[in-house]
Amino acid sequence: MGKQATGERSSVQQMIAKSAGNKRKRAAERAVPAVLFLIAAVSVLTTAGIVATLVAETLTFFTKVPFRSFIFGTEWLPFSNKDPQFGILPLVAGTLKVTLIAVITAVPVGLSAAVYLSEYASDGARRIIKPVLEVLAGIPTIVYGFFALTFVTPLLQSVIPGLKVFNALSPGIVVGIMIIPMIASLSEDAMSAVPNPVREGALAMGSTRFEVAVKVVLPAALSGILASVVLAASRAIGETMIVSLAGGSTPNLDAGFTGSIQTMTAYIVQVATGDAGYGTPVYYSIYAVGSTLFLFTLLMNWAAHRIAKRFREAY
Amino acid sequence: MRITERQPVRPLMDPEAVEGRMKARKAADRLFRMLFLTSTLLVLMVLGVLFYRILSQGLGNLTPAFFENFASRMPEKAGIRAALTGSLWLMAVVAPVSMILGVGTAVYLEEYAKKNRLNDWVRMNISNLAGVPSVVFGLLGLTVFARALALGNSILAAGLTMSLLILPVIIVASQEAIRAVPRDLREASFGMGATKWQTIVRVVLPGAVPGILTGSILALSRAIGETAPLIVLGVPVIIQFLPAGVLDTFTALPMQIYDWAKRPQAAFQEVASAGIIVLLILLLAMNSAAVLIRNKFRNRY
Repeated sequence: MGKQATGERSSVQQMIAKSAGNKRKRAAERAVPAVLFLIAAVSVLTTAGIVATLVAETLTFFTKVPFRSFIFGTEWLPFSNKDPQFGILPLVAGTLKVTLIAVITAVPVGLSAAVYLSEYASDGARRIIKPVLEVLAGIPTIVYGFFALTFVTPLLQSVIPGLKVFNALSPGIVVGIMIIPMIASLSEDAMSAVPNPVREGALAMGSTRFEVAVKVVLPAALSGILASVVLAASRAIGETMIVSLAGGSTPNLDAGFTGSIQTMTAYIVQVATGDAGYGTPVYYSIYAVGSTLFLFTLLMNWAAHRIAKRFREAY
Repeated sequence: MRITERQPVRPLMDPEAVEGRMKARKAADRLFRMLFLTSTLLVLMVLGVLFYRILSQGLGNLTPAFFENFASRMPEKAGIRAALTGSLWLMAVVAPVSMILGVGTAVYLEEYAKKNRLNDWVRMNISNLAGVPSVVFGLLGLTVFARALALGNSILAAGLTMSLLILPVIIVASQEAIRAVPRDLREASFGMGATKWQTIVRVVLPGAVPGILTGSILALSRAIGETAPLIVLGVPVIIQFLPAGVLDTFTALPMQIYDWAKRPQAAFQEVASAGIIVLLILLLAMNSAAVLIRNKFRNRY
C-alpha cells in the first residue's frame, strides 16, 4: 500500500479510498480469524482425539474382558497363555507406591527450597539456585531412569540388604528428584505472591524470619503450595521412563517397597516394546490402562486447579 | 489514716523472660535457615553427582567412531549415527509444525478471540492438555497417525505426535510474549491506518519474536529428550541406515539410550552414558540459545 502511494502524489483521502476498495485485502482480513480459529481448534481436536481414541479402544477391550474384573481384579497376568488376568489393581498399586515415595521425597526438599528462595535467599543466591532448578527440570526422564538404575539402586542396595535390582524405592526417589523443581518453583511463586507489607508487619511485631515464613507466609500461600504438590503428584503418576527402567515388570499388590513392581505407564511401555499382535486383548489392554492413567491425571489436575482457585487469599 | 505504701510499678513485660525466649527463637531461626539452605544445596549436590556419574562413565566412549557407527550388538562398535540423525530429522518436523500451530493459536487467543464460552473452553482445554502424560500422547499417535493415517513408525508420525505434545508449552509462551507487546504500539499502528492483520504481522509479532523463540526452543528441547511416545509408536532401535525422507523409519537418541540402558552388560552402560552426554550437550546448546535470545532482547519496551 505504501509503495503504491509513493509513485503518484495522491491525497490521504484518495489513499484511504483506494485501500478500502482493495477487495483482496478485505477478503484476507476476513479470512485470517477463521484460519487462526482452525489452527486453535487443533489443540481442542487433540483432546478430542485422545478421549475418542481411549474410549473407543477401551470399549473394545471391555468386549473381551469384563469391566468388573478389570476394575476389581487383583491379578494382572496379561501374557498368560492359559488364563490371562486383567485386574488393574496391581498396576495402580505400583503407580501409587512410586508416587507416594516421590511425594515424600520431594515435598520436604521442594518446600525448603521454596521457603529459602522466597524468604531468605539474597539475589545472588537466587541467581545460582533458580537456574540449577531449571536445569534439573530440563533433564530428560530417560537420563533420570538411567541414574536410578545404575546409581541410586546400587547405592540403596548397599544400605538396604533385601532390596531387589528392580524395586519401588529407587524409581520413587528419583521421580521425587524430578518433581522437586516443580514443587519448588510453583510454591515459590505462591509465597512470592504474598505481599511484602504482610511480612513487614510481622517483622515489626518482633517475629523472626522463620516465624514470618511459617506463621504468616506459609498459611497465606497454602492453596498454591497444595496445588503445586497435587500437580507434581500427577506428574509422578504419568512418569514413564524412570519406572520402566528401574521399577521392573512384576505387577503385584503387596505392600512392600523393596520388590519389583510395575506401574501403569511401565506396562504400556512393556507391551509397546514387545510384540503383542494387533487386535489381541493385550493390544487393547494398553488403551484401558491408558484411560485409567488419563483419568487419574485429569482428576488430579482438576483438583489442583480447584484448590488453587478456591482457597486463594485475596489481598 | 495511713498512706498505703505504693506498689512498685510492674513492668509491662519481664525483660529477662523475653530475652530468654528471644534467644531460643533466634536459635530456631538460625537452625531452620541452615536446614532450608542445606536441603536446597542437596538438590545442587544431586545434580552434581548425576553429571559426575554420567561424565565419568561416558567420556571414554565419546570417540569419533561413536558418531560414525550404527547401533551394534557389540558395545565397542555401537554408535549413535542413526540415532543422532533421526533426532535431527524429528526436530525438522516438530519445529515447523508445532511453531505454526502454537503461534497461530496464541495469536488467535490473544488478538481475535472474544471472551465467550467457546474460547474459554479452548483455553481450559489447552491447560488440561499440558497435564496429559506423554505416554498417552503416544497412544494417540499410535492410533491416529501410525494406524488410521497409515504413517507407521515414520519420522512424520513421530514428529506430529511430538508436536501435539509440546503444543501447550509453545502456546502459553507465545501468548505471554504477545501480551507483553504494549497496547500503545497496536493503537499507533491502527492510528496509521493499518488493518488488524497488518498490525499483527508488522508490529505485534516482531515485538513478540524473542519470547516466542525462547519458549519454542525450550519446548523443542523437551521434545528431543522425550522417549515414551516414541516407544509407544513402535520406533525401532537397531537401525543400520539413515532416513532419506520424513516417511522413513528412524530411531532417535533417547530410544537408543533406553535400549542400551536396559542391557545388563556394564559396557553398554558406558555406551549409554556417552549417548546421554551427547543428548545433554544438544539440550545445553538449545537452552543456551534460548537464554541468549532472552537476554539480548530483554526490556525492549
